[in-house]
Amino acid sequence: MKTNNVILETATKVIVFIILLFSVYMFFAGHYEPGGGFIGGLMASGAIVLLLIAYDIKTVTSILPFDFKKVTAVGLLFAAGTAAGGLLFGKPLLTHWFTYVYPPLLGKMSLNTTVLFDAGVFLVVVGVTMTIIQTIGESE
Amino acid sequence: MSLLHLAIISPLILAIFIPFVHKTFPKIHTGWFLLPLPVLLFAYFLTFLSTTINGQTTMETLAWIPTLGINFTVRLDGLGLLFALLITGIGSLVVLYSIYYLSKEKEKLNQFYVYLLLFMGAMLGVVLSDNLIVLYAFWELTSFSSFLLIGYWNHRERSRYGAQKSMLITVFGGLSMLGGIILLYLMTGTFSISEAIGLAEVIVNHELFTAALLCFLLGAFTKSAQFPFHIWLPDAMEAPTPVSAYLHSATMVKAGIYLVARLTPIFAFSGLWIWLVAGIGILTLFWGSFNAVKHTDLKGILAYSTISQLGLIMSLLGLGAASLHYSTIDAGFYTVAVSAAVFHLLNHATFKGSLFMMVGIVDHETGTRDIRNLGGLMTIMPITFTIAIIGAFSMAGLPPFNGFLSKEMFFSGMLRAQEIGFFNMNTLGIIFPIVAWVASVFTFIYSMIIVFKTFTGKYQPEKLKVKPHEASIGMLISPVILVSLVVIIGFFPNLVSPLINTVMASILPGMEFDVQIYFWHGFTPELFMTIGVIIVGVLLYKFMPKWTGVYTRMPERFSLNSAYDNGLAAIQKGANRFTNAYMTNSIRTYLIYIFVFFIFILGTTLIVKNAFTIDTSNVADIHAFEVVLVAIIAVGSISILFAKSRMTAIILLGAVGYSVSLFYAIFRAPDLALTQLVIETVSVALFLLAFYHLPKLSRHEETRKFKLGNAIISVGVGVVVTMIALSAYSSKEFESISQYYIENTYKKAGGENMVNVILVDFRGFDTLFEIAVLAIAALGIFSLIKLRLTRGKEQG
Repeated sequence: MKTNNVILETATKVIVFIILLFSVYMFFAGHYEPGGGFIGGLMASGAIVLLLIAYDIKTVTSILPFDFKKVTAVGLLFAAGTAAGGLLFGKPLLTHWFTYVYPPLLGKMSLNTTVLFDAGVFLVVVGVTMTIIQTIGESE
Repeated sequence: MSLLHLAIISPLILAIFIPFVHKTFPKIHTGWFLLPLPVLLFAYFLTFLSTTINGQTTMETLAWIPTLGINFTVRLDGLGLLFALLITGIGSLVVLYSIYYLSKEKEKLNQFYVYLLLFMGAMLGVVLSDNLIVLYAFWELTSFSSFLLIGYWNHRERSRYGAQKSMLITVFGGLSMLGGIILLYLMTGTFSISEAIGLAEVIVNHELFTAALLCFLLGAFTKSAQFPFHIWLPDAMEAPTPVSAYLHSATMVKAGIYLVARLTPIFAFSGLWIWLVAGIGILTLFWGSFNAVKHTDLKGILAYSTISQLGLIMSLLGLGAASLHYSTIDAGFYTVAVSAAVFHLLNHATFKGSLFMMVGIVDHETGTRDIRNLGGLMTIMPITFTIAIIGAFSMAGLPPFNGFLSKEMFFSGMLRAQEIGFFNMNTLGIIFPIVAWVASVFTFIYSMIIVFKTFTGKYQPEKLKVKPHEASIGMLISPVILVSLVVIIGFFPNLVSPLINTVMASILPGMEFDVQIYFWHGFTPELFMTIGVIIVGVLLYKFMPKWTGVYTRMPERFSLNSAYDNGLAAIQKGANRFTNAYMTNSIRTYLIYIFVFFIFILGTTLIVKNAFTIDTSNVADIHAFEVVLVAIIAVGSISILFAKSRMTAIILLGAVGYSVSLFYAIFRAPDLALTQLVIETVSVALFLLAFYHLPKLSRHEETRKFKLGNAIISVGVGVVVTMIALSAYSSKEFESISQYYIENTYKKAGGENMVNVILVDFRGFDTLFEIAVLAIAALGIFSLIKLRLTRGKEQG
């Protein structure tokens, strides 16, 4: 029996982008406001889960043709790479670096290597949740 | 990062590229891409030769975990340099040899060379690290790469057996060495070897001294295949011959010797060290050479011969350590043992390396290594025969080769054992020269077996799989270079004596050496011992069938090998039984274990430490909405118990979770609230997905006992958690760390959200491991479900 989910499907099309965008905001805001890689990643996977519920696993795989195990691996590489980056400059493992820049129009901005580390966390969280959900979902 | 650091890790870096190179250039043998590296490294280490001989040590530090005193400190002194030259020099020759030995069509060369490079880097790390923790890490890496190389032909059962055996034994030793390192740290407060040497007098009087000594020796003895741990080495011969030549004769098995030499200045003040190192060494020397004779596999003979030669070097180091007990003038008398050890270490690498390569050639060209099938190859493979004769005669201790020189020095070292005036050496020391002489006779015999059973006698072409012919020139280059060294060092031993002097300076610090090696010492006891070895050896070799019956006297089931096999089987059986006893495959049982343990441990701690306190002096007022929230949570959790369908239970659980996140919001923890919200959403979705697979919720009546048990445990958990929460709030045992974060979050990490800054910066190490754990969990779930599915398909 094919259930008809027109309302959910239509709403999802819009909402998914809002959630995804919000998750990216959450991620970047992390250092100053509530948020960060972990929350951002979870929120992004929440968006994908919404897609999964509204449509089905095949549609989602065709929209997002990633191997989420690889996403996890890339995330880990990011985190470990950032952690090891300090070694190249003769600093101990996991030493972060930051500075402030003042680009026109935007005002004061900070550049921080923790963002890269957090990006790794983000990717790992998305990869892990999606791997789990996909695996369990596909196993029917 | 200095050039020295780069030299150590360059093999590891190259290893990353090997698979790609292998894929891109399948036409060219991958070994060619490898070869320049060890050659370059060899040349690089040669540049240190003159400065090191002048007594300089090069030291470079790279901070790793400075707060724990763990730094990647590289220290290049005489001992390290000798090993580095051996590793890169023999490494170059072995790589060259392997290019002709391993066919590029049939073998998985990408894997082989990755493992080999892994080993090379790890071994350089072992011999050049000054920090014991770093040394330990590299040490285990050599065990791993050795495991991978022994099991390289992993379709063979014997290869897998040998790989596992070597791994179990050497990693066991490695772990005990780690114990020794920690004990040493407790005594000295440093992981640095050079600093520990300076504190040797503190160490020797410490109560942990003996324990640390034993731990280190276990590590060294397992790695260097000393009795009774030698049993892994013969089985390691399943590795491709270039590997045996490299790891299992020239370099890795000498790591134990390196360790003993390196730690001599720390431990040698004890009689136990001298007795253990010298005693086990001499026992190994005898047992190895005695057993080598019974083998018919050429590599088997060489394996036992390696064991015995390692024992020889070990025993020399043990006796030589006695010289640290004397003032500088008398010491020269005893240092001959150490110089013999160093000299023989070098010689052994040359002649044993060439012999292994020779055996590889015979195996490659005839298809067998069994001396019963071989014979009469002298005219067919004249160059290989020459290599064999030089290598084996040197091993037997015959002039004019380098083995003769170090053997003579070995005898003088052993003869002087009796004159050491302490630790009962003057009475029991007589054992050493006698055992040494007997072992040398057997060494002579098996050396003759290797040469004459293979190359002389009757040619039996019908027993060979292929028609033998002389090996290709590429395969001969490496062994020829090695035997030329055997001859050159034999005639001009003083070419290497400056190096030996420097090495001795790092084993016995604070002494001056001037080792000169001569052929002719006059009619000394050593010379008569050698002549005796030759006469008795020739006689025994001639009448071998008459006495080889001794080997069958000892029943197989009393051997060390069967003890190992039975022990391993018993451990597996016991572990199985133990695991099956408590793994019931029921989640309920596991939760009971966890919760009962939780109640027991935390509850007892609370009571024993008398830690339960309630302090209401600093508590805020309770607001109405907080009461409402608590009520919702309580009602929600209790209703889950009575829910009739799973759907209701899932939704109720979600409600509880969202209410908890509201609590976080009220108590001004926005990050936690957010996290809890999203987690709740995602996990409810996950529940809904898994929902399909679960059987219908059945609420059959359980027994009263079952219900009562559950109730006790759940109430227990609740009470303990509440008590801990109350006590944790009421008693402030430590200064809160939050002040530190409040002060430093912006200053040091450039962030304003403290929670996030802690996660990614202050405690980034935790986060790194947490996401690693997450990733592993995801892969675990993936493989659990996918594997179950494929197995279902296979059966269905």
